Amino acid sequence: MADGKATGQTILVVGGGLTGLTAAVESAEVGHHVILLEKEPQLGGRVSQHNKYFPKLCSPSCGLEINYQRIRNNPRITVHTLAEVTKIEGQAGNYRVSVRKAPRFVSDKCTACGDCSRACSTEVEDPFNLGTAKAKAIRNAHAFAFPSHYFMDPGFAGSEEARKLVEVCPVGAIELDQQAETLELSVGSIVWATGWKPYDAEKIRPYGFGRHANVTTNMRFERLASPFGPTQGKLVRPSDGKEVRKVAFVQCAGSRDHNYLAFCSRICCLASMKQATYVREQYPDSEVTIYYIDLRAMDRYEAFLKKVEADSQIRWTKSKPARIDEDPATKDPVVVGEDTLTGVRYAERYDLVVLATGMEPMSSSAKPPADGVTQDAYGFVVNDGGPVIACGCSAGPVDVASSVQTGTAAALKAIQTALKAGGR
Amino acid sequence: MAYDLSFAREVYKNSEMGHWIKMCMQCGVCAGSCPLGPHWEHSPRQLFQMVRAGKKEEVLKSSSMWMCTSCYNCIVRCPRHLPITHIVHGLARYAMEQGMANPQQPTHRFASKVFWENIVATGRVGEAGLTMKLYFLDGLGAGIRMGLEMKDVALGMVKTGRLNPIPFRGKIKGYAGFQAMLQKAAAIESKHKEAKA
Repeated sequence: MADGKATGQTILVVGGGLTGLTAAVESAEVGHHVILLEKEPQLGGRVSQHNKYFPKLCSPSCGLEINYQRIRNNPRITVHTLAEVTKIEGQAGNYRVSVRKAPRFVSDKCTACGDCSRACSTEVEDPFNLGTAKAKAIRNAHAFAFPSHYFMDPGFAGSEEARKLVEVCPVGAIELDQQAETLELSVGSIVWATGWKPYDAEKIRPYGFGRHANVTTNMRFERLASPFGPTQGKLVRPSDGKEVRKVAFVQCAGSRDHNYLAFCSRICCLASMKQATYVREQYPDSEVTIYYIDLRAMDRYEAFLKKVEADSQIRWTKSKPARIDEDPATKDPVVVGEDTLTGVRYAERYDLVVLATGMEPMSSSAKPPADGVTQDAYGFVVNDGGPVIACGCSAGPVDVASSVQTGTAAALKAIQTALKAGGR
Repeated sequence: MAYDLSFAREVYKNSEMGHWIKMCMQCGVCAGSCPLGPHWEHSPRQLFQMVRAGKKEEVLKSSSMWMCTSCYNCIVRCPRHLPITHIVHGLARYAMEQGMANPQQPTHRFASKVFWENIVATGRVGEAGLTMKLYFLDGLGAGIRMGLEMKDVALGMVKTGRLNPIPFRGKIKGYAGFQAMLQKAAAIESKHKEAKA
């Protein structure tokens, strides 16, 4: 990560998920200087939160490790974590970008030995586990996180315990006096890869997420299924730790719905089918029901649909459930609606209900801070020659394979923009 | 098999808010949300699909649209913003216009005759008289039985000022204006019908 001097042909990549990583390494490997910004303490984005991901149901460590290796081996890439863009000025070939970098309170002397985390008794909310577990106030997000330096919760840094931990670190990496800093970068083009966030399921009031203990979301279910997650991959329900042998997936939870998220995120049908296989593989006697309006298994993923359809323990109910109730005694969620193929009104009890919520673009709330950026009605960034080149889920809801493709495409566009404006 | 779209087109054109039916994606949220769900012959979703399938008889003779209590749960939850309550009332009205509404359907009998005559006569709903007429709709014996059954509710409502036992006599202030309004509405309606025909 040496040689980070920004020039007119430096490419700035905003977002260190798989899309941004791709854009960064593809640009750097053809000779460009790249600055990669990530607002979280470590790279990997949404992919790193998954148990397995399409198309080949790999563990996220697989695709991410390769890219981390490419970054490590490439002196032309500079990575800044805990970094957010606050202002973009200028024009193609000559942008001035202000970046706010939050303190990590741990320097890159850190060897990720874990002594501090083991000694730390304070636990805080853990965004990486999406509210399914608490985490130590000083930690690594997960086992294979990169950069492999620990970070400290900002609320914890001023505490008495934090001061004690300074002595625990064998290499003296904890620096409680670190301050936020502002970087002023000069770059030739900007790739915007800030990705997505899970739609806030609490907004879908009739489904009771947040009120009913055993109604969860698809991204939380990924954490539950992950061997690095709060239960080490054991599928149990939140209220009482009971093994989940009867599970419902509710498709289009908030999606394709003018009251919530009007568009289709395109990945949730496959995600639920994949998660149905998690349940079926872990508990051979389990039963799964998938409630759907219509199934959208894009192009080659139809093969996966066929595979899941072959399992007679997975049932399909064509219906958008009207609401989910909770049995106060057992905390069992009860899904209520109309089976639209038979017209029968059902009220079916489950151990756990998983809401297949959609993707809300990060850029719907964190807009690119520049003049001339076009965004569609949902907040996705439109590529119309504006100051940023959007790719991955900041441009539209896409799966991981498409994210990588658009990341590569954005790298080419960014190179062209920087070169053209640089007079070549 | 070819689809016969003639009934669907008829509804889109002539039934109030009927054109919205085109937007229904058959998700079933309305049916699941309806508090009277299990008591309907057909759910709103089914009615809409039957319209598309050209089942004129079944739709217009269905008792379903007369069961709607206008709670608006379906409208609030519909993911495509269909004004389901209004569509359903539109279908009820259309069934009546077409002379296909079941004359024995209680809501139909009550709303289109008893309620209407009651309010038009004076300009104000006479609650006591209206209730009496409703109870005796099915004959003397049924009316007495119903009256006894609801006695406590009625007394409670009288005590709390929610039901006036003294029949309203005379006419409301500005009764002439009320009549003019009704006439104007009728004129607008027949003009609409002419335009559509």
